[in-house]
Amino acid sequence: MAVLAMRDALNQALREEMKRDESVFLLGEDIGLYDGSFKVTRGLMKEFGEKRVLDTPIAEEIIIGTAIGAAMSGLRPVAEMMTVNFIMVAMDQVVNAAAHIRYMFGGGTKVPLVIRTPGGGGHQLGAQHSHSHENWFAHVPGLKVVAPGTPADAKGMLKSAIRDDNPVMFIENEGTYAIKGEVPDGEHLVPLDKNEVKRPGDDITICAHSRMLIVAMDAATELEKEGISAEVVDMRALRPLDMAPVVESVKKTSRLITVEEGWRSYGVGSEIASRVYEEAFDYLDAPVARIAAAEVPAPYNKRLEKIAFPGKADVIVTAKALLGKN
Amino acid sequence: MKVEQRAADSKSKEALTDKTSLLNLYREMLLIRRFEEKTAEMYQLAKIGGFCHLNIGEEATIVGTISALRRTDYVYSTYREHGHAIAKGIDPKAVMAELFGKETGTSHGRGGSMHLFSEENRFYGGYAIVGEALPIACGSGYAINYKETDEVVMSSFGDGATNIGAFHESLNVAKLWHLPIVFVCVNNLYGMGTAVNRASAVTEIWKKACAYDMTSERVDGMDVLAVRRITDQLVARAREKHEPSLLECVTYRYRGHSMSDPDTYRGKDEIKEWQTRDPILSLGEHMKKQKLLTDEEIERIDEEITSQVEDAVKFAEESPDPDPKDLYRDVYAGEGAA
Ligand SMILES: Cc1ncc(C[n+]2csc(CCOP(=O)(O)OP(=O)(O)O)c2C)c(N)n1
Ligand SMILES: [Mg+2]
Repeated sequence: MAVLAMRDALNQALREEMKRDESVFLLGEDIGLYDGSFKVTRGLMKEFGEKRVLDTPIAEEIIIGTAIGAAMSGLRPVAEMMTVNFIMVAMDQVVNAAAHIRYMFGGGTKVPLVIRTPGGGGHQLGAQHSHSHENWFAHVPGLKVVAPGTPADAKGMLKSAIRDDNPVMFIENEGTYAIKGEVPDGEHLVPLDKNEVKRPGDDITICAHSRMLIVAMDAATELEKEGISAEVVDMRALRPLDMAPVVESVKKTSRLITVEEGWRSYGVGSEIASRVYEEAFDYLDAPVARIAAAEVPAPYNKRLEKIAFPGKADVIVTAKALLGKN
Repeated sequence: MKVEQRAADSKSKEALTDKTSLLNLYREMLLIRRFEEKTAEMYQLAKIGGFCHLNIGEEATIVGTISALRRTDYVYSTYREHGHAIAKGIDPKAVMAELFGKETGTSHGRGGSMHLFSEENRFYGGYAIVGEALPIACGSGYAINYKETDEVVMSSFGDGATNIGAFHESLNVAKLWHLPIVFVCVNNLYGMGTAVNRASAVTEIWKKACAYDMTSERVDGMDVLAVRRITDQLVARAREKHEPSLLECVTYRYRGHSMSDPDTYRGKDEIKEWQTRDPILSLGEHMKKQKLLTDEEIERIDEEITSQVEDAVKFAEESPDPDPKDLYRDVYAGEGAA
């Protein structure tokens, strides 16, 4: 067990899988010679060569398309989209091709492909570099979508994603690459379809994924000081969406908050809330509260940006309100 | 219309002269023609649903290119791909069954006319988004180089697709990464109702490869021997030197864009004129002149092929629909996937 930053945990997963399986290769913009925009792929081109760590032109459709064709032809590509904002120009390849190919060809082929890409705001990068879109992908049958929030899960889920026979959207977050945590050495696999309680509690359930998991954990620590015991459920598996730990938790706490970094409408929280209404309506003592980004294109100004994205204070205020403790 | 050839000597020396080879080309083209005629009939009888795009008129382009490949070579195509699938060796029965939406179809009725597929024949699919398959074809090319094997990829698309970004991104990396790909542009002069000169600043598609310093050729896509001859060269180039190329085949679709196109944007005379250069009749005439074929043989071949197509329809008719309980099958690969 070593303490690693998220980016190094991801790097370790890539290195281990590339060593384990010759058919695994990486492709993306500036992932090789430049070592990656966020240094997740640092040192890998040096170690594995230019064929297995392919620097591509700035051509997103080609990155995803090449990965799909290579996957159908027997390889296991891991494509990096520099940020999730840029995948918009390749959405056809992701949705109409990667997600649908297996089904529309009657199961005649498969697309074992991982697309790694970070979203997230809070760095004054404005409207075209700050958003989170995991719900867009989680809407699509044929894709798997995961968004880990700890270094250990990042390593374990990336290794599982590379071994999976389906296209997996592996959503990272620019705000978490430097976050540190204990990471098991060597063979550490985390399933792609299991959510889990990251912090047990009795009074209220907070579910969150990716960077918002960290926000939720911090909020729970603060709430504890005020005598509120919050249970935090990590929603790292978004599609397929594992609801079991949320439903179980709500049956205990009767109150639920969802936290996400993307916009609220049609968001991850909307889906979780619907499913809780379907599966545990009678257990709820209050409507599900959704915390999400303000519905504006991310502003540049620091103060505006700060209020546009959810933070610890939002979670605390909402939790107290739900418990009638404001 | 006279198509100016790029390959200066492409008519002077034919790749194939022996009777068996020529007969194979002839039979293959006729099979596609009769298959497509029957498909139109079945569509009108509502046996086939959805969109349905025919290859009638384009047989020389299809057969001339795909016959130059091995079974293990990859072919990517578009929604106008019944002929490509058959030319790549897929049983017409499985193609017709797919058009009928049956479980015995190439894609078990999940794909339909626009999404034929066969791993066994390395027919890597019909794609219904214009230009989408070119980047994916590059991926097969990359895999070939990666595994150091000697297959070739053929990526076939329309003239309309050459105006979309994916075309340019694909040519760029194919050249940059030395991918063993032959890009085949089936220039049938229209993208739906829009003529090439109303959609493309450059109407001779082969020229677009110049931007990528890529070998490219233009050929009369109604002349199967010319198409085959130039394709042989480009395939060899891809296989041996890992050099990609763009081949523009100038051809014509006799029917509308799809079965639901009333065809109001072009003159009847234009269609008639192209029909005088029919690829199947032309090869038949050529072979008769060479004393390789007689009218009686032509008639016999037609009967054989017509009954092969009848068999395909019978097979499709008698095949079962997919079982409703299998609606969710193959959304995901692997066990426990949901
Ligand atoms: C991206 C995209 N835009 C529009 C369409 C609708 N559409 C289908 S086929 C077609 C014409 C394509 O023409 P061309 O590439 O020349 O191929 P052809 O049909 O002539 O074989 C259009 C506009 C589509 N399928 N995909
Ligand atoms: Mg066209």
